[in-house]
Amino acid sequence: MIGFSRVPLLAAGVFASYPGDHSILHPAGPQASNIEWLYWVIFWIVFVVYVVVVLGFMRAGARTYTSADEMLPIMKDEAGDRRASWAVGSAITITVLTLFAVLVMSEITGKKVEGETSKNPVTIQVIGHQWWWEVIYPDPQADQTVTTANEIHVPVGKRVVILTNSADVIHSFWAPSINGKRDLLPGYSSAFWLQIDQPGVYHGQCAEFCGLQHAHMGFSIVAEREDAFSQWKAQQLKPAQDPTELVTVHGRDVFLSHACVMCHTIRGTDAGSRLGPDLTHIGSRQMIAAETLPNTPGALAGWIVDPQRIKPGNRMSPNPLQPDDLQALITYLQTLK
Amino acid sequence: MAISEPVVVSQSGAADRLARTWAQPRGFWGWFQNVHHTAIGVRFMVTSFIFFLLGGVLAAMMRWQLVRPEHNAIGPDLYNQLFTVHGSTMIFLFAVPMMFQGFGVYVVPHMCGTRNIAFPRLNAFSYYIYVVGALLLWVGLFLKTGADAGWFAYVPLSGPEFTPGKRSDFWAQMITFTEVSALGVAICITTTILRYRAPGMTLNRMPILLWEKLVTSIMVIFAMPSVMVVSSMLLMDRTINTQFFNPSVGGDVLLYQHLFWFFGHPEVYIIFLPATAIVSTVVAVFARRHIFGYVPIVTSVVATGFLGFSVWVHHMFATGLPQMSASFFTAASLMIVIPTAVQFYCWMATIWHGRLQLKLPMLWIFGFFFVFLIGGLSGVMLASVPLDWQVHDTFFVVAHFHYVLIGGALFPMFGGMYFWIPKITGRMMNDRLGKIHFWLFFVGFNLTFFTMHFLGLHGMPRRVYTYTPEMRWGALNLLATIGVVFMTAGILVFIANFFQSKATGRFAGPNPWGAGSLEWATPSPPPHYNFLELPTVNGREALWEAEPNQPIVGGVREDIPEVLVTNTLDSEPEYRDELPGPSIWPFLTAIAVSIAFIWSIFSPWGIAYGAIPVVITLIGWLWPRGHSPSPRVPEPALEARWIR
Repeated sequence: MIGFSRVPLLAAGVFASYPGDHSILHPAGPQASNIEWLYWVIFWIVFVVYVVVVLGFMRAGARTYTSADEMLPIMKDEAGDRRASWAVGSAITITVLTLFAVLVMSEITGKKVEGETSKNPVTIQVIGHQWWWEVIYPDPQADQTVTTANEIHVPVGKRVVILTNSADVIHSFWAPSINGKRDLLPGYSSAFWLQIDQPGVYHGQCAEFCGLQHAHMGFSIVAEREDAFSQWKAQQLKPAQDPTELVTVHGRDVFLSHACVMCHTIRGTDAGSRLGPDLTHIGSRQMIAAETLPNTPGALAGWIVDPQRIKPGNRMSPNPLQPDDLQALITYLQTLK
Repeated sequence: MAISEPVVVSQSGAADRLARTWAQPRGFWGWFQNVHHTAIGVRFMVTSFIFFLLGGVLAAMMRWQLVRPEHNAIGPDLYNQLFTVHGSTMIFLFAVPMMFQGFGVYVVPHMCGTRNIAFPRLNAFSYYIYVVGALLLWVGLFLKTGADAGWFAYVPLSGPEFTPGKRSDFWAQMITFTEVSALGVAICITTTILRYRAPGMTLNRMPILLWEKLVTSIMVIFAMPSVMVVSSMLLMDRTINTQFFNPSVGGDVLLYQHLFWFFGHPEVYIIFLPATAIVSTVVAVFARRHIFGYVPIVTSVVATGFLGFSVWVHHMFATGLPQMSASFFTAASLMIVIPTAVQFYCWMATIWHGRLQLKLPMLWIFGFFFVFLIGGLSGVMLASVPLDWQVHDTFFVVAHFHYVLIGGALFPMFGGMYFWIPKITGRMMNDRLGKIHFWLFFVGFNLTFFTMHFLGLHGMPRRVYTYTPEMRWGALNLLATIGVVFMTAGILVFIANFFQSKATGRFAGPNPWGAGSLEWATPSPPPHYNFLELPTVNGREALWEAEPNQPIVGGVREDIPEVLVTNTLDSEPEYRDELPGPSIWPFLTAIAVSIAFIWSIFSPWGIAYGAIPVVITLIGWLWPRGHSPSPRVPEPALEARWIR
């Protein structure tokens, strides 16, 4: 009763409060658009079915309702049974045909979504970690391979193939406006496609429960024009800039002389561990800690000093640095554009 | 209807004699020796209802944590334990023990017209083993070793590397306990239905509820081993370093999912079929006519039993399966809608061509129609592979399965409780309070779970302990949490109603609803011998179709606990069988088995050493009774004496 009958009204209200595009109903590319189309088709089918069946039960009840307090005697109604056989038989036939239609539409949509491929795509390898995303743009030439984390850049209007893998447990890669989700299974690698038609930043999040910080395992997809994308990629290929100022030199030394190097890479320095995200161009990213905090000096400081308060259980240990060391480190990291 | 009151004045001593023969021991130790199905059935129901309340408390805590963005009430560690224990409790400790074991054990022997369930000691054993399993999970939670890898505990997250400690072991062993229990009861129920039916209750005349219990029991027998295998493999990975699920040495994480869901989806129907059984029963009674479409409904139930085993992969569409195999499971998942649709149409036709008396049980069934249908239809959406890619593992799915499980099982369960509690306690429930309960629960339920559809569509994954304000999920989450208040109030009203009715409720009499099946032919509450005179059956609704001079079964001894065994197809009397009486051994065996199971969490030797007490208690259990009062008389030496 409260159910689907109020959906259009409720839906209108709810959608109005969602100016954001983080929704399967706000597709930004062909894959999500196809699925959105399928959603509405099936939605209206089941909506009609719901209304018809509920009205049927209400009519049946209203038709034969009696308010008698005592239980009435049992009746026999063979004529009614015969009429009901026809009605039930027809209803079943309609049900089977409807389900078949749903099956066919679902198959066609599935083929369409999986068919949005290309011989010359942008290839991106996404590796799930507890609780961040390693993003690699592989290239036959090793020095042309870009490695970054949590922020995926793609050119607008081009087919992108995502190769999935996981370093530890099962994660699931999901950006609702772009495409359905795909599990990242350890021991399996698979590929799926996406394409974004409008420039913008799209949010995504891990959708398979992966432990303590499953809730803080976001990523973003930055869709930009071809030239901006190439520029970004060229920048990412460069090793980290050598610090020039006194404070940034000190910052780098802090990085290299503390626990940071145990897990992180900054290409162009001695830091080369791959347990944590690659920080070579950390300064160019919008967010840190898998979309948990904005990339501001304050947030960065809070994160470095006590990551366990912000994201309890994550793999980064606290770093109680001296204030001037911390200041220098943050200044240095911010220069790594 | 007259069956319970014999026309021929039976020897006035018969009732006394039967009462003595079937008496169950009293007192503290007597409690552990009781093997009568009514006692065990009520225990299953009460215990699982307590776990339902506890699981509900966990749900309320989760809703409190999610009430607003970045709420800091409960940390991720506790939150993960909450949803894991909530899900495991509701499925393994509440839904199955209530819908399958509790209702089944209580009502099946009555409906068959016999005096106890087959293998009564195995039945009692199953109860104790279930209680220990349930306590194991909950003691774990209170000792901060609550399982925290989700109710399906996917590897490798639940494996030794990512969940050190004993958390997943407690969970895996809880599975073993509860599934041993379900298997034991399934065997008892199957045997009772196939062999203990009253003469005349041929397969073609079996009440739909018995058909569904039969199908459900057979599903349990095929589905539960799969989950016990997988939980034991997980346990072995964790305790004795097997590598079934370790991908770095060639173990397979998908194997776990296949084995789990091969059980997991039939499980849904193990919960849902007993619920539809209640619906079919209640609808016929309150439409005051025979159910329309007995044959299609029974066929649908059997078809569901088969199809339920061919849809499990729809839980795994997002793993990147080949399109071809995914399509097969989409088709199967859509196909399983058909039998349920058949039942829906038959119920509608029954009401359409009957006379609807909207008493309390029927009100809940109407609630079921409106609510379950939403879950069923969102299930049609989820069967589609591309749509599932989007909404899988989001709050849309959370909404879907709560509509299916609460709508499809809890609403009929409350309907069934208002229907059968008068039989169990002998007193009617209060009508007004029952209606208040219904409306509070109905409104609260829809408020909480309908909003979750929108959260899922707008990108909220399930099992997140918090979310940021930027996601704009706050308002809907607040609404969902408010719904919990209504649901809680409804449940409290129900509990109050129950205790009030138990103390001061109107006496129910044997058959307050004018219902047709045999459990209404005995007094409420039924005596331990169930029927003073064993009934015979003339049609699908035994009491509605009873002749004025309906014969009763004679020749079954009253001085020893004896039942009549009939053949499977036509329920012709075959022979008399003496059932075992009260015994402490099932309880002791359950304790011994529990020790072995729990020990094995801590050391693999637990199974080896733990087997010794198990063997000892089993010897005690199976020790031949020195005297056999009457050697079992093989058929056809017993010809059922048709009195009258």
